[in-house]
Amino acid sequence: MIDIQDLQFSYGEGDFTLQVPELAVARGESVAIVGPSGSGKTTLLNLIAGNTIPRSGQVSTNGQEVSGLHDAARRDFRIANIGLVFQEFELLEYLNVLDNILLPYRINRSLALDDDVRQRAAELAQQVGIGDKLHRYANHLSQGEKQRVAVVRALVVRPPLLLADEPTGNLDPVNKERVLDILFEYADDNAATLITVTHDHDILHRFQRVIDFKKFYA
Amino acid sequence: MRDVLYLAWRYLVYHRLKTVILVTSITLIIYLPVGLNVVVEQSGEHLTARAEATPLLVGAKGSPLELALNSLYFSPDYPELIDYSAASEITNSGLATAIPLYVRFRSRSHPIVGTSLDYFDFHNLSIAAGRPMAVLGECVVGAAVAEALGVSVGDTVTSSPETVFDLAGVYPLRMTVAGVLSKSFTPDDDAVFVDVKTAWIIQGLGHGHQDLASPEASASVLNRSEDNIVANAALVQYNEITADNADSFHFHGDLAGYPLTAVIAVPNDDKSGVILRGRYTDEGATSQIVRPVTVIDELLDTILTIQQFIVAAVIIVGLATVATAALVFMLSLRLRRREIDTMLKIGGSRPRVASMLLAEVAIVIVLSGVIASVITLLTWRFGPGVIESLVLA
Repeated sequence: MIDIQDLQFSYGEGDFTLQVPELAVARGESVAIVGPSGSGKTTLLNLIAGNTIPRSGQVSTNGQEVSGLHDAARRDFRIANIGLVFQEFELLEYLNVLDNILLPYRINRSLALDDDVRQRAAELAQQVGIGDKLHRYANHLSQGEKQRVAVVRALVVRPPLLLADEPTGNLDPVNKERVLDILFEYADDNAATLITVTHDHDILHRFQRVIDFKKFYA
Repeated sequence: MRDVLYLAWRYLVYHRLKTVILVTSITLIIYLPVGLNVVVEQSGEHLTARAEATPLLVGAKGSPLELALNSLYFSPDYPELIDYSAASEITNSGLATAIPLYVRFRSRSHPIVGTSLDYFDFHNLSIAAGRPMAVLGECVVGAAVAEALGVSVGDTVTSSPETVFDLAGVYPLRMTVAGVLSKSFTPDDDAVFVDVKTAWIIQGLGHGHQDLASPEASASVLNRSEDNIVANAALVQYNEITADNADSFHFHGDLAGYPLTAVIAVPNDDKSGVILRGRYTDEGATSQIVRPVTVIDELLDTILTIQQFIVAAVIIVGLATVATAALVFMLSLRLRRREIDTMLKIGGSRPRVASMLLAEVAIVIVLSGVIASVITLLTWRFGPGVIESLVLA
């Protein structure tokens, strides 16, 4: 699913350099990435997603070297293949829950928004317990509800790869488990790959593999 | 495109206060110069059309503008008065037809125009119902007056006292509606027309009362001699002219000295007009002759100058507002950096995200344009009336 070879990345002329000689993640595998702040965990997610271009090396996602695509194709690939979950949810305040979930379909013409998609969005929202809040504005939701909306937004396009950047960082224990249940359930049902960056060691037992990022940080 | 517009619309709806302020500002920037231009042009056309239809006006020396506005548009401020003999002199000169005007009194807010039947022919006014006034105390009302007061032929309208504080002043006269004019879309629609003698009766220059020689009036006699009878305050004065009391109405003194506000002079030809105008050039003359179109043109020139100043000010304010709106938009982009980044990270295409932001601007501009157009249309429809009433107030 993901194949990284001789990856090197640095920000400008700074001291930080990320080096990943080799990393492979199989389809359907769940991986947790841990490591100190500033060690490049989020940067790696951005490199896998194609949001950041490596200085050298190769990052292949789902058989496609994303960095080799031009900007528009990279975005088309990302929106169809990668579901992103952010720690700060990143919901749009002026959209209600349903519109936030459907956002990927409205900002890239490669995805077609039809009644089936709307129904799937409503069903997913129902599954995660926010089905009765579809028409509420995002800033009228609790933290746990916001994160569930963000997760459903990532799942609605049925991506084979889920990248979650500290998805439980702002949540209480109950909501933390709930969000993880949703992510793992989706990954299991769809044979999707789940890569999660986390500082929370209490959840590591749920992942098939844990990668300590200290070794990639130079 | 639908999705882009949808997202832009949701943003504008959510930030409705900001949207309303932006739309209002841009609407005003668009509307003010355009609307002002419409108002001035329309008002100019209305004012000029009426003035062009009236070749010459004779009135007392003073403000030509006041004379023209009172005679053409029946403004409440009436000029210095001239004698009725001025009309006779014009007629006797053989150079023009003279139409007397006495525009001083009102029935509620509607001007009462004392004139002659020639006025209707001169302005091509046709009677929609009834007939022209034929005897003292009758009136013909304009279409708008009939509508506003709900009167028709056979009903009555009453003149309003000039002041309610003068107990010895002019008493209201109840007048019978003899006819209703067809709509002419001119100030005539809003006027009550009476014979000039009826206007003098309204003023109290002519009056009717009990016959002091009759036995019923004996209580009203203060002093009786062989050739004179003096009445006391108990004498009944009539406030309506009917078939029964019409004969009692009379005027004291020489009618030639009775007042008019103006005389419309319709020259027989251009040469007659020039000769007639020459007769009023004497510096010692107590009356003047004016060409209304010249007077109104001067008024419009003044309005145009004011308009140019206002438009210049609006353009400067408009530029400042556009600059402010652009600044607000750019600041908004900085504040929305995170939102834009999120959309791009998820996989949103740059053109789409940019289109969404531009659509917000476009929707604001289109909304403003539509509202400005609607207000301009309303201005086009009602503005001239408002301006005319302001000018004539």
